[in-house]
Amino acid sequence: MDIIAQHNLVHQTRDARRAIDFPKLSPAERDSLIKKYHPDHRAQAYRPIKFGPNAGELTVTEVATLLEGDSPLPANLSLVPKYSVDVLVVGGGGAGCAAALHAHAEGANVLLATKLRLGDSNSVMAQGGMQIAVAPDDSPVQHFLDTLKGGHMKNDHDLLKVMVEDGPTIAQWLLELGVLFDRQEDGNLHVKKGGGSSKARLLTCSDYTGLEIMRVLKDEVLNQKIPLMEFSAAVELLSDENGACTGAVLQDLDNKRYVVVAAKTVILATGGIGRLHIQGFPTSNHFGATGDALVLAYRMGAPLVQIDTFQYHPSGGVYPEQLVGALVTEGIRSEGGHLVNANGERFVNELDTRDVVSSSIIKECEEGRGVRTAAGRLGVWLDTPLLDVAHGPGTLDKHFPAMVRQYERYGVDIRKDPVLIYPTLHYQNGGVKIGVNGETPVANLFVAGEASGGLHGRNRLMGNSLLDLMVFGKRTGLTAAARAKSLSQGALTLDHVTKFRLEAKRHQVSSGLTSPMVLPAYTRQVS
Amino acid sequence: MSSDVNQPKQFTEQASMIQSQMVTVEIEGKPFQVPAGITLMKAMWYAGKDVVRGAGCLGGFCGACAAYYRTKDDPKVKTCLACSKAVEDGMSFSFMPAFPARKAIYNIQSLKDPKQDLFELYPEAPLCRNCNACTEACPQKINVREGVWKAVFGDFQAVSDMFMDCVMCGMCTPVCIADIAPNLVAVYASRAQGAHFTDKPEGLGQRIQDISNGKYQQDWKRILQLSDEDLQKTSAAIL
Repeated sequence: MDIIAQHNLVHQTRDARRAIDFPKLSPAERDSLIKKYHPDHRAQAYRPIKFGPNAGELTVTEVATLLEGDSPLPANLSLVPKYSVDVLVVGGGGAGCAAALHAHAEGANVLLATKLRLGDSNSVMAQGGMQIAVAPDDSPVQHFLDTLKGGHMKNDHDLLKVMVEDGPTIAQWLLELGVLFDRQEDGNLHVKKGGGSSKARLLTCSDYTGLEIMRVLKDEVLNQKIPLMEFSAAVELLSDENGACTGAVLQDLDNKRYVVVAAKTVILATGGIGRLHIQGFPTSNHFGATGDALVLAYRMGAPLVQIDTFQYHPSGGVYPEQLVGALVTEGIRSEGGHLVNANGERFVNELDTRDVVSSSIIKECEEGRGVRTAAGRLGVWLDTPLLDVAHGPGTLDKHFPAMVRQYERYGVDIRKDPVLIYPTLHYQNGGVKIGVNGETPVANLFVAGEASGGLHGRNRLMGNSLLDLMVFGKRTGLTAAARAKSLSQGALTLDHVTKFRLEAKRHQVSSGLTSPMVLPAYTRQVS
Repeated sequence: MSSDVNQPKQFTEQASMIQSQMVTVEIEGKPFQVPAGITLMKAMWYAGKDVVRGAGCLGGFCGACAAYYRTKDDPKVKTCLACSKAVEDGMSFSFMPAFPARKAIYNIQSLKDPKQDLFELYPEAPLCRNCNACTEACPQKINVREGVWKAVFGDFQAVSDMFMDCVMCGMCTPVCIADIAPNLVAVYASRAQGAHFTDKPEGLGQRIQDISNGKYQQDWKRILQLSDEDLQKTSAAIL
């Protein structure tokens, strides 16, 4: 069937589909679907980590190899610091900016280092919104239970409780900084319902929520004159004789020189791992999402949690080719957009959790009910025109201007025609183990945001990431700043690297690979 | 920095580039053969060029990959985001270098009269000479020139609506003959709109008070005492 006929089938079946209420799966059905189709359950993609704090635990080969990689630093590197600060924040996305701003407000001497520009991150792309229980019929407890259910009951209760309880004050902080959340007519915050949530709880800025928050936070970091080093990647941490974190070695990506920073406390906020292209998946992530914090913290002896589970967002682009892997906002499904297979049928409740929806899409495609593009890719339809039909013409223009523009650039009008989607590697569910203030078991080393683990369990709920960034950015920033007041700067050594190298030798790891990766190697080797 | 383990990944990403038809494009003045239909960003990689300054979110939101391009035989130089624009045969393009625009420094919360303060912070803003080059330069199709005037006339609400799509690529700035940085003016006006001219949501204040007053303590106590099994049942019962 050609693409026009396929489109027509989606148009023709729309009214019939609208008449049907598609039920959510029972817990047992969810489990068996996920076990059979979710990429987290493909055993051949996993292997045990050879040594270090998580020795023997399974993770995907791509992550295990990076964790076991060698430090890029020579053992005899001069460790004379160029800068000496109270708090070093590594990463310029949502968590990094929130951490730097709060540490600065607490009176700390802060340095923010980021390997690309301030704000270049996944945060800026977050379209769906930010979950905060503000509606009268909602509560933090309800938010807690929804998140727990979405995370397959594996979430760290302490982390989750502080996140949902801190949520409303975070909303207030952002409003005071000038973030323009969508409002109801009575002036209260407008809330939308997200996948896997029992209540409407998503705060939005049309479909530019992350962009709006990041525009404001970046501007605020500059207004507060927080010292900033862009195009500077953290490639190693520093430790004292007791193994506490005392700073980091950055690499200036312009001149490749190492820059030693002495810091009483370090906050890693470097985001996730999409650019590792786990299991060959395309990704929705930004260029720098290479899991640097996992590597840096692991070498210092910080354990990771739930590092075997990743989120494959149900709606990654499939067509046109330029949009392969790019995120198509979940908001379309939140507002009632159907997922439709090649036979014109719905096959899942679109508002089920991301892992369930992704698994069901993979199932449809594996069982021959996917739509194949000219380039040979498989996907299913996301019925975007349904929104204008259901809620009136102009709905897509008003609520999804970013997505209309995203497709318009390639000649696809989402108001008229549905789009093809397939799961894309989106989020690292686990990460470095932290406590409620973001501190790792390594003294004076903090981790905030996607790089940390435990909060989201085995599947992150839509809209919880933006909140995670702000809550744990704030908590790490405040705690690190307070801690720094009572500390004097510790010695700067690479003892942990020496130890790590001995371990690697003992376990006969000789891949020759150095990590962190910092940036993916997409440049074609032209001979 | 880049390492061998990345190499196979390069090909998964580039699998999408392998198409039979090749086109010729000029990158920074030098011709290259690249697969038809790939983005300008992927054309850079295909041509063997490392991109550090210029690659960001790769999804059209961060503005890192602002680029100038011209299509075959057309004298008009246009702007785009290199991650979101496909190459065509005969196209020429270059990335925009970082532009040293001046950002005003302010404390958004302590502004006394934000609409008047604009003229202190950005005294060049009212000097717009209506050439419209900024609007033509905007890859997000924002009516930038009108936005600057709205800011000058104090209609910050309109500015915040118009610039919600702004990815801060800054392509409006080098073309301005009055040395205005329209995107920075817009961020100021939007933030001031949010911080000074928007009502506080009552429900939010109430919720914050409820939490600090311990309204949910009983619920928490009940929930957190449950066994894993009972907690699962409680969660599963929510629709």
